[in-house]
Formats: sequence, C-alpha cells, structure tokens
Amino acid sequence: MSVTANPLEKTEYQYGFHDDVQPVFKSKKGLSREVVEEISYMKNEPDWMRKFRLRALEMFERRPMPNWGGPALADIDFDNIYYYLKPSEGQSRSWDDVPSEIKNTFDRLGIPEAEKKFLAGVGAQYESEVVYHNIREDLEKQGVIFVDTDTAVRAYPELVQKYFGKVIPPNDNKFASLNSAVWSGGSFIYVPENVHVELPLQAYFRINAENMGQFERTLIICAPGSYVHYVEGCTAPIYSTDSLHSAVVEIVVEQGARCRYTTIQNWSKNVYNLVTKRAAAYRDATMEWVDGNLGSKLTMKYPSVFMLEPGAKGEILSIAFAGDGQHQDAGGKVVHLAPWTSSSIVSKSISKGAGRASYRGLLKIAKGAIGAKSSVRCDALLLDEHSRTDTYPYIEVEEDRKVAISHEASVSKVGEDQLFYLRSRGLDEVEATSMIVRGFIEPIAKELPLEYALELNRLIQLEMVGSVG
Amino acid sequence: MVRELAIKDLHVAVEGREILKGVNLTVRQGETHALMGPNGSGKSTLASALMGHPNYEVTSGEVLIDGENVLEMSPDERAKKGLFLAFQYPMSIPGVSVANFLRLAYGAVSKPDETDPEPYRKTMTAREFRQLLRDKLGLLKMDETMLSRYLNEGFSGGEKKRCEILQMAVLQPRFAVLDETDSGLDIDALRIVADGVNAQRNGELGTLVITHYQRLLNYIKPDFVHILVGGRIVKDGGPELALELDETGYEQIISKYGDGGAAPAR
Repeated sequence: MSVTANPLEKTEYQYGFHDDVQPVFKSKKGLSREVVEEISYMKNEPDWMRKFRLRALEMFERRPMPNWGGPALADIDFDNIYYYLKPSEGQSRSWDDVPSEIKNTFDRLGIPEAEKKFLAGVGAQYESEVVYHNIREDLEKQGVIFVDTDTAVRAYPELVQKYFGKVIPPNDNKFASLNSAVWSGGSFIYVPENVHVELPLQAYFRINAENMGQFERTLIICAPGSYVHYVEGCTAPIYSTDSLHSAVVEIVVEQGARCRYTTIQNWSKNVYNLVTKRAAAYRDATMEWVDGNLGSKLTMKYPSVFMLEPGAKGEILSIAFAGDGQHQDAGGKVVHLAPWTSSSIVSKSISKGAGRASYRGLLKIAKGAIGAKSSVRCDALLLDEHSRTDTYPYIEVEEDRKVAISHEASVSKVGEDQLFYLRSRGLDEVEATSMIVRGFIEPIAKELPLEYALELNRLIQLEMVGSVG
Repeated sequence: MVRELAIKDLHVAVEGREILKGVNLTVRQGETHALMGPNGSGKSTLASALMGHPNYEVTSGEVLIDGENVLEMSPDERAKKGLFLAFQYPMSIPGVSVANFLRLAYGAVSKPDETDPEPYRKTMTAREFRQLLRDKLGLLKMDETMLSRYLNEGFSGGEKKRCEILQMAVLQPRFAVLDETDSGLDIDALRIVADGVNAQRNGELGTLVITHYQRLLNYIKPDFVHILVGGRIVKDGGPELALELDETGYEQIISKYGDGGAAPAR
C-alpha cells in the first residue's frame, strides 16, 4: 500500500491519500448499453432490475444537461469515467475478512473504532461495492434490516420491488436517470413497526480510484411508529482529474414514524457531487435531513420532503462550506401536499476565498393543503471579499386557507473588529476565524451527535488552515 | 525584577492622520494608572494600538513589556505576553458560549509555542479549568448562567463590561488596559464592575484605566493619573489630579497645561 499524504502535515484535506488496490473487476471507461448490461450481469440481478436500468439509460441519454446550478456541470466528461469498479470478492461481516489495504483505509477514517463506540450498524462502500456490512444482533432480532442495496434486491425482492424507484422515479432528473442505470451499493434499511433504533446506523462511502463514478442507491423504509437515524460520510483522494458521485436516496416514512438522515459530505475537491434525496412522509410522520456539505468541486443537492398526508412534518438543516474553487449549490425542498402539514428549512452557508455557496430551495404548498405551515431561513457568512453567496428561493403557494409561511435571509461578513477582539484574547487568526464559523453553524451543529459535531468542527478548522495568514 | 509596560514616544496614525504624538507612560506591576482626557484626545487609540489593532499604524516609538518590544507582535502574541484589553465596545460572537470561549482562550494563552516557549500561565486539565471558572465567578459575584450564554450576544451594556472583567480574571494578565469600562454604566453596574477590577488588584497586576470621567476613580483608586490632550500626555500626577480635573473641567486643564501642541482632534 502506498500513502501519498503525511497525516501529520497540515494539509487542507486530510483524506486525500489513495491506496493501490487492484480491483477484481473494472468496466471499461464510458457509458453504454453494454456497460449497463455488464453491471447487471456481474450482480446476477433479476430481469426486472436489468430492464429498469436499461430504460433509465435511455432516459439519461434523452434528457439534456440542466442549464442551472453550477457552470462547472458543462465540464463533466461522461466518457472519461469508470462506471463500475468491484474492489474485492464478496462482502464481510467482520473487518478481519476485508482485504487489508481496504480495511486500512477505513481504519484511517476511523470507521471500525466509531462502530465499536457509538453505532448500531455500519456499511462501508469502497468504489462501487459495499465491502463491509454489519448490524448489532439485537436489532436484527427485532427485524431491523440493514444491508447493502444489492443484497436487498436478492434477499428482499418484494420489499425492494414495492418501493424502489417510487419516491424518485428514474425520469425525475438527468442524474437520477444516470444513477438508476448504473447504481451499485448503497444501504437498504427497513425498520419494523414501532421499533426504535436508538443508536445511529452509519454508511461510509469511499472513492479510491481515479476517474471513478460512484452511484450508490439508498432506500430507507420506516414502518409506522418506528424511528431510525442514518448517518453517511464520504471522502475521496485528491486527483488532478474529476470523479463523479451521483447517488439516489429514497425514504418512506410511514404513519407516526420518524427518520433522521445526517450527511457529512467531505469529498475531495475533484469530485462532482450530484445527488437526489427525497423522502415521502405520511400521516403524522417526521422526516429530518441534516445535510453538511464541505467537500467536492460542485455539489448540487436539495434534500426534499414530500408531505403526503395530514400532520406530516419535514425539517431540513443544511450547512454548506465553499472553499476556494468550490461551488456548493445546496438547500432543500419542502412540498406540502396535504392539510395541516408543517416544515422548516434552516440553511447556513460559508464562503471562503473564491468559493461560492448558493442556497436553492423550493417551498410548495399545493391546493388543498389547508393549514400548512413553513418557515425558511438562510444565513450566509462570507469570510473575505472574494467569496460569493447567492439565494434562489422558489416559493409556490396554491392554497391560502390558514397557511402560514415565512422566509428570512441574511448575509454577514467576518469583521476585522470581531477578529481583533478574539485575537486580543490569545487566539491566532485561524483559531479566531474558526471560532466565528463554528458559532455561525452552532444552531445546526448542536443537532448532530457529539462525535459528528466534533468532526465537523475539526474539518472546518482544517479548512481554515492555509486560507489565512 | 519589577515587571513593566513601557510606552516610549509612541506615535500612532489612523487612516494617515496622526492621533498620538509621542506618548510616554510606564506602568509597573502592582500599580494602577488612570489615563484621563477629553473626547478625541486619543485615549482609545492608545488602547487599540497597545493591543495591536491592524487599523492603528504605529509610525514611531516603542511599547515594551519587560524590555521586549511588542510592536511587531500580533494581538494574540501580545496576549500571550500578558497584555489584556477590556474593550469599550466588546464584539458579540453568536453561537460561541462564554465558557467555551474562555476555555479556548485560556488554552491559547497557556500553550507553549515558538513565540512563547514558556508561557507564565499554567496549563490546566478540564477539571482544573472548571474550578478556576467557578472561583472567578465567585470572586466577581457573577451568576453561572453567564457561562452558557453566547459571548456578548444580547448582553446589556453592564453585562458586556462584567464579561470583560470576567475574561480578565480568567486570563490573568500581567498588564490590563481598561478602555472606558465605565461608559454606559449606571451607578450600580459601575460599582459591580469596579469591585471586580479591585478584586484582581494585587502586587502582580499593572493596570491602566482609561476614562473620561473621574467617577470611576472613586471606585478604582489610582496610584497615578495622567492627562492626555491632543495626543500627548500634558500632565502627570497623583490621585489629587483627577479630583482637580473633576472640579475644573478639561478646558481649564488645557489652558493651564497646554493642549498637547495641537488642537484637540475634534
């Protein structure tokens, strides 16, 4: 194994190392019907899934690239990407059985240790496949399913067929079509009625190879009255050419259930991160997205909640950090399709150097959604005069009976006097700026489990190093 | 060795305009000095320049702590050397609790590094630090609830000033500059803040109290009083000078001792 970064060195991105892992299978570069057939064949899939993929490929090819979001979208070279890369044979329930180079990576990312300390289950995806998956036995005995989605297609065909591609149809948008055609890995979670999974389940996504495309597919079903908190993290090595991460996450929150989905996205700055995340919330159900975007070259991601029945609730907390050369186009969508539904979006974005953070959000109240309530708040913090922030709030209100909506936005700058005040107390410029940024995101950070809040703070501190001085 | 903060022939300009025109002042440990002057005389400029605010350009002169020139140092390096400034207008830092801020600030000033391999403040465990916080809150008769509030966010004028004095008590400077700590305080708040400062006066600390009014000096008794007019100290004396000033006002003092060689800045 070769390691290209010295972990003691103060670099801006500490997960930029890569390992020399020889994959057991690698599709040829570029996207074609042949590649899609090959993925399906490798996975030994049922015919319905193979057909689903091929239909999605046609949709992808027919649909033009979005003409909004990040200008960098135009630079994606779909022919220069590996769409499927199988790193090892099979999947393990024990870290000891994971090939040592791969296990080493996850050790460095602290995953096995975190699993022991505070998680109820872990999935670890390396390139296209999940190499490790485990869940605590007591949860398994209660009927909680937590496997990778490929396994679910084989082991739980009825559940998968009932929900797969229903919340986010393959034709939803160009990147949902792409994912539907070439998806691999991701998590499948089923929480039975009234079961509460108290500790978080975590999945970790690692891209290692150059010009890699990672297309995991996650499906979470919370049966009535259940609760689960799912956490995902992601990193990749630094390469001079671009990689593509395009996931689809579908969530079904049934009556009275609650699901929280937390993301700490920390891709290296050569990764396009174009993800579709959507939840369907039924009667009195609660869906909460906590979405932290720190890494990537361009992120376009707007976790959404469709409130389909009365009493459904959606909450979106979004943090975006756009460093030099990064564009975070993030936000959230809340769609009220039933009466007495409520939602809130809180977005905090930070732009540094030539970084650009955009808030893009949709608040929709459909005809008949009497008594719907929604509040949207987006705050932007600029760290210097080159950084940039934009706000694109889309509001569509078709119902006005007892509807209450509010929208607030603010932009602030880190002031010289604020910095001087903190520095006069002994904090150097990096520490002082980090403190101001941490304070700014505190309302969201405090919603994270302690370990992730600490990790987030640490990542922000690292982002500050090299940016000032 | 008696420690000292020595200001020698200090000239400071703001946006190209000279505000301080040769200030000389030495504060030794254990001493309390009052610097008084009318509006625009340069009092707050001196405070900001001593701490190293980037907008205050030192055009000539020296500021020495125990013989070491601190003018090339950043504000945080000066803080590590034992300098402290209680701000006239403390900044609010939303989302950062007072306790967390103090913990990190104390950690920063007590941490050895290349600029200060042997800081005089001792490093503390989390437990020791919590005890220190409790002790200092007790000393200043402050409520523990302050610790969990965000730094200066939504604080009243009096709370901000008390929080400055709490920071001073926790960070334990060798030389403290109090910039118009009395401004905006009613008489009760003034007394509480002054009691807080007095509780920290001992043979170790050197204090420079900057004020417009004699009022504060009824509570913080200075050993020396200096009068700053037009960017220069025009008169030095003992506590009686402040009383004289209180009776006669700045106009008389200026006509008696001169205006520092220039019209007052405003």
